[in-house]
Amino acid sequence: MRNMLSTSDLSRSSAMGILDIAEDMADISTREVKKLPTLRGQTVANLFFEDSTRTRISFEAAAKRLSADVITFSTRGSSVSKGEGLKDTAQTLAEMGADAVVIRHGASGAPHILASSGWIDAAVINAGDGTHEHPTQALLDAFTIRRRLHGRASRGKALDGVSVLIVGDIVHSRVARSNVWLLTTLGANVCLVAPPSLVPVDLSRWPVTVEFDLDHAIAECAPDVIMMLRIQVERMDAAYFPSAREYSTSWGLNDERFARLPPDSIVMHPGPLNRGLEISSLAADSVRSAVREQVANGVSVRMAVLYGVLTGERKGDA
Amino acid sequence: MRTVLQQLDIAKALTRISHEVIEANRGVDALIILGIPTRGAVLAQRIAATIDRIGYRDGSTPPATEVGSLDVTMYRDDLSRNVTRTPARTTLPSNIDDRTVVLVDDVLCSGRTIRAALDALGDIGRPRVVRLAVLVNRGHRELPIRADYVGKNLPTSTDERISVHLAEIDGDDCVTISSERGVT
Amino acid sequence: MSLKQVLVRQATLPDGTRTDILIERGHIVEQGIVSSRSGATTIDADGLLALPGLVDLHTHLREPGSENSETVLTGTRAAAAGGFTAVFAMANTSPVADTAAVVEQVMALGERAGYATVRPIGSVSVDLAGERLSAIGAMASSRARVRVFSDDGHCVWDPLLMRRALEYVKTFNGVIAQHAQEPRLTVGAQMNEGALSSELGLTGWPSVAEAAIIERDVLLAQHVESRLHICHVSSADSVDIVRWAKKRGIAVTAEVTPHHLLLTEDLASDYDSRFKVNPPLRTRDDVEALRGALADGTIDIVATDHAPHPVEAKECEWAAAAFGMLGLESALSVVQTAVVANGFLSWSDVARVMSREPAKIGRLSGYEDPFVIGARANITLYDPTVERVFDASSLASKSTNSPYLGRQLLGRVMTTIHDGYLTVHDGELVSADEVARSASTVKEDERA
Repeated sequence: MRNMLSTSDLSRSSAMGILDIAEDMADISTREVKKLPTLRGQTVANLFFEDSTRTRISFEAAAKRLSADVITFSTRGSSVSKGEGLKDTAQTLAEMGADAVVIRHGASGAPHILASSGWIDAAVINAGDGTHEHPTQALLDAFTIRRRLHGRASRGKALDGVSVLIVGDIVHSRVARSNVWLLTTLGANVCLVAPPSLVPVDLSRWPVTVEFDLDHAIAECAPDVIMMLRIQVERMDAAYFPSAREYSTSWGLNDERFARLPPDSIVMHPGPLNRGLEISSLAADSVRSAVREQVANGVSVRMAVLYGVLTGERKGDA
Repeated sequence: MRTVLQQLDIAKALTRISHEVIEANRGVDALIILGIPTRGAVLAQRIAATIDRIGYRDGSTPPATEVGSLDVTMYRDDLSRNVTRTPARTTLPSNIDDRTVVLVDDVLCSGRTIRAALDALGDIGRPRVVRLAVLVNRGHRELPIRADYVGKNLPTSTDERISVHLAEIDGDDCVTISSERGVT
Repeated sequence: MSLKQVLVRQATLPDGTRTDILIERGHIVEQGIVSSRSGATTIDADGLLALPGLVDLHTHLREPGSENSETVLTGTRAAAAGGFTAVFAMANTSPVADTAAVVEQVMALGERAGYATVRPIGSVSVDLAGERLSAIGAMASSRARVRVFSDDGHCVWDPLLMRRALEYVKTFNGVIAQHAQEPRLTVGAQMNEGALSSELGLTGWPSVAEAAIIERDVLLAQHVESRLHICHVSSADSVDIVRWAKKRGIAVTAEVTPHHLLLTEDLASDYDSRFKVNPPLRTRDDVEALRGALADGTIDIVATDHAPHPVEAKECEWAAAAFGMLGLESALSVVQTAVVANGFLSWSDVARVMSREPAKIGRLSGYEDPFVIGARANITLYDPTVERVFDASSLASKSTNSPYLGRQLLGRVMTTIHDGYLTVHDGELVSADEVARSASTVKEDERA
């Protein structure tokens, strides 16, 4: 594949391919030498217009485990301003020999522009663009679910029939969008739960069901997976919901709701957590919580994505 | 296209290799047979089974010979040149440190695959000794690699193609040579 | 020195009659079959449509302040290339056109350039801030004789200020042109709100934000008995409100842009900011409603909202890109492609919505009866039979942000005659020096 921009255009077989390669990558971390020489001599540039230590470090670790060189450009403290940065910074990195650019940007569509503009030849990997997509997050979420369900026998398995609840600020969540496309492509049934003001106005083209009542959703779906999304406290100023307390009472995974989940339900959260707001400490730290594995699996999945875009012929296919 | 090895030839070759392995190793201790997927792994299974059958000279029944597969896709030197490859499984029966590892592949040609395998082994552990067994040695080495155990030496020209069929994958056992230009 | 005579041979008028037209000293002097005149510029218009010079009630000429994207000279060249002989220049310049001095300057620049008649639009509020009325009276009695007032770019959202403005312009029969966009419903808005915007992760601009302001303003206009004009109507909901208002006898007029008659929101799917515009491109249903409204008179005119932007303002991520598209050079072709080719409008309808009515709303005289003897000669000769790929060579603007580049469009402007002299001849712009000379000759003739 040429770039990794979104999960909405990933076919089922491509998605499975990436997850299966990620399994191999995960095995590497159990060896003594946790490195492969596969991308030796190639340079991966991290272009982070939005601050994100976790994702950036995850991509760095992934690149280094494949023996690639890493250069990082983040706009913290730099003079890059909105609208001026993208073309010039991308070209600067390309001139420095970047073979792949991992980009996180506050504007939806920035990775698409980078990939289609012809400004650079490097492969483009979307590490999160505005409220649009975060494909590697969805891939690591799917990988985590698979591993939890099938353990070492995960290779070749999809997620047919798995029921997933995604709860939280759907309208502003790129993690939700990427997961909706990917999980349904892999056969899962996805239900979105949020207050009406946090759900997009027109969901007619989304292959999901929508619920406003979390308790009802838990009772009806008996979900295999419940994925909690981070609530941004700033949203209250724009009147999306009356108060954090009210949000937490109705849509938070508190101890009482956690107890009503099916005993094997997997609890997930892309991080960082607002403990006590959208998820209780009990739920987050329980043995059913996959939050820490999500982080570990992130490196394996990102290794698989880097492998996919940086090997194989560069001309032609997307 | 002509057949250079039939089913019986292949069986004989593998049996001979198995004897040679046991002899060189002075027994079956510390042996790990690692095949390079896809067909190398199949051959490794067969060699391990044959070694089990031959057993110790004193007639006692040894524990089953350890066998596994070693995928070398991530160590190849031509990854940007061809279509992205999907790796196969690497299954190691146990720790390879201080063991005698016998790598098994179906055809030895340029030597680059074995070079990649040696790098992979180096990242996994430190065997005491690494040996190489191949079913077919066709020459045209590009690196200083040689096989310790060879099923059949088949000098070929570069425009000829060698095809190895194994029952577990292809339904039958044979080795054939065809000219790239299509004329037999 | 006087202007050369211009003799147009065998043009087809919008009503279908074929005629010669002789133009002398800026006016039409003869029609029918006209004998040759030596020394005249003769134009073979056989097969060409003669339209009255087009009038654009909504153009951004960017001067003063943003001369890097357009000037009055380059903007009026683009207008002439598109068959326009008059443009109304929006007030959101820098400084804003909120005083007599700025509007007189813009008018003078237009006169000097000579490619089209430039009528400056004055802002409604000082600095477009929406707080206090600008020097409306002073602008109306200045040499620029401003009659159209607009904060376009911004909505006059304060209902009290809108009421006061509507009342004040009655003094001199002026009109307030509203850019209808409720600011609180469109904070950070990027494209039409709907299924596509939620997929693309772009903040939505719901059509209710436009319709709600129109609804408020037509009732205000009715209450204070004043004229209201709605800029760039973009949705079916807005059309319904204007239709209802007209039924009630409210003095409201409305415009639609060529791009809202042809283009839809799915062009945003690749985040190509050439298609980012305010108000945004909407759905197929909205396009159909707008076409129907233009055909039945609910929408009175076509106006381009020509909005030039420099390359760096569009060559970036969508959220950072400027809103706006070029429109002058392509307007007639897009209108032909969108509503004439499929029978919604006839060519005489086009003459009405792109020349007579805009001039009427803007109180610009000379366009009421464009082809009578004695009329000021503002004529566009158009070839409706050609099909061409619209490309960079079709542009005359200083900027290049046209959404039609690479697109197949119908028709081509072959000749534009402004005040009796040629600004476009044989499909090419006449040189700036020659046009400037012709313009000053016309002025001398007038003084004589």
